[in-house]
Amino acid sequence: MNIRIIPRLDIKGPNLVKGIHFEGLRVLGKPEWFARHYYEQGADELIYMDAVASLYGRNSLLHIVERTSREIFIPLCVGGGLRSVDDIRTVLRAGADKVAINTAAIARPELIREASMAFGSSTIVVSIEASRKADGTYEAYVDYGRQSTGVNAVEWAQRAVELGAGELAVTSIDREGTGKGYDVELTRQIAGLVPVPVIAGGGAGSVEHVRDVVVEGRADAVSMASLLHYNFIRTTDFSRGDFSMEGNLEFARGGRGAVQFLKVKDCSLTDLKKALAVAGVECR
Amino acid sequence: MNHRVAIVDYGLGNLFSVKHACGHVGLAAEITSDRKEIMGADAVILPGVGAYGDAMDALRRLDLVQPLRDLAGEGRPLVGICLGMQLVMSGSDEFGWHEGLGLVRGQVVRFEHPEEKGRELKVPQVGWNHIRRTGPAWEGTLLDGLSDGVNMYFVHSFHVKPEEDVAVCLSRYGQIEFCSGLRKDGVWAFQFHPERSGAEGLKIYRNLARWLSERKQGIS
Repeated sequence: MNIRIIPRLDIKGPNLVKGIHFEGLRVLGKPEWFARHYYEQGADELIYMDAVASLYGRNSLLHIVERTSREIFIPLCVGGGLRSVDDIRTVLRAGADKVAINTAAIARPELIREASMAFGSSTIVVSIEASRKADGTYEAYVDYGRQSTGVNAVEWAQRAVELGAGELAVTSIDREGTGKGYDVELTRQIAGLVPVPVIAGGGAGSVEHVRDVVVEGRADAVSMASLLHYNFIRTTDFSRGDFSMEGNLEFARGGRGAVQFLKVKDCSLTDLKKALAVAGVECR
Repeated sequence: MNHRVAIVDYGLGNLFSVKHACGHVGLAAEITSDRKEIMGADAVILPGVGAYGDAMDALRRLDLVQPLRDLAGEGRPLVGICLGMQLVMSGSDEFGWHEGLGLVRGQVVRFEHPEEKGRELKVPQVGWNHIRRTGPAWEGTLLDGLSDGVNMYFVHSFHVKPEEDVAVCLSRYGQIEFCSGLRKDGVWAFQFHPERSGAEGLKIYRNLARWLSERKQGIS
């Protein structure tokens, strides 16, 4: 079975952003550049996540989704701020193939059932943002990792599948943006429990991390951001072509700032897939 | 000249990626549930995700079952994708028996405990998988230009088991080998999503456009 490699693009307004533990978002550039690049490099799917929609109740992503789906012919999953069956329909009509829901699903789990009845289970990805508690259990968070819920993340995963989720995207808030590796234990607990595919997210900082969460965490798919974004930024000449640089990229290019504090050994999607194949992980 | 393609809208699935793929190769595609528009099109695409019974109910409600059978009977181009492939079969045992369009003899069955290296695989199968030639060359067909074993994008829990010699490609999920593409007269059907399978998948749409051009020339 081919493990899916899924670049995750967090979007704020018109920009691709990246934070640490979902906070301190920095602008990296236009999401369309990155999407196009990853498509050409053999991404198996893409995830677009609206970083602020669930806080402000708006959907700024629609235009970006529409443009993307016209020129990129791989599955596109869109999440962030989707509250109802109507919201989901709007995003699907813009060209998304799947939607990811979290905040609204925890507030009203029946939304999962309604949405999977309306659009088919395979269209509905339940996104679970989890943080490890002192007692070793995991708690589900909402609103882009900002709000605790008291809900046990592993129990919620099972419930979400019973209600009709076709896939789960499980992100560790503790690892997100740190480059310290996925939370293998969190992934393993959920992937071993549910019959549907699990996409592991949060923490990828090297090829080995990706391998670990597949082999030991039993992830069916992996998503990553910094690992690929920083490589694209570092190796691309944005002063040419139609790139108009608006992001603050000094930090990502290693001049000064955050990236040097991070443990991200960035690599290209192509190299990531090659290295995984060598490590015995089948990829397309 | 642009060929007109009707994408059958019966309320389920992402029809927009199918439409965008058609647009990309110069086919004028309309998403429609209007019987006249569907019957008047140069080719009909039957897409879909979701439950078999719901899909057949929707087709009945829209009074599309007989028209689609007639269209196929005349040998006109009809392309089923994903659930659309399953709908062309005799029927499915998904949550009880449901009769299908019956254009191809055979049933639709669920993946039964697919396994690989001692590990049970997830159902649905979601992701990229190889398609392999069954025998006849793909040259001159909708699969023209694709290499044997190319990867396509799949999302499904059920697969077809044709009782006729119609398979054009096979795929394997764990130990289970299944028919992932078939052709019978003007009916083509794929379990995978050509419109979400990158540049290789788009070749199928390009071949469809070419096939329609050749058909038109043949008729006029």
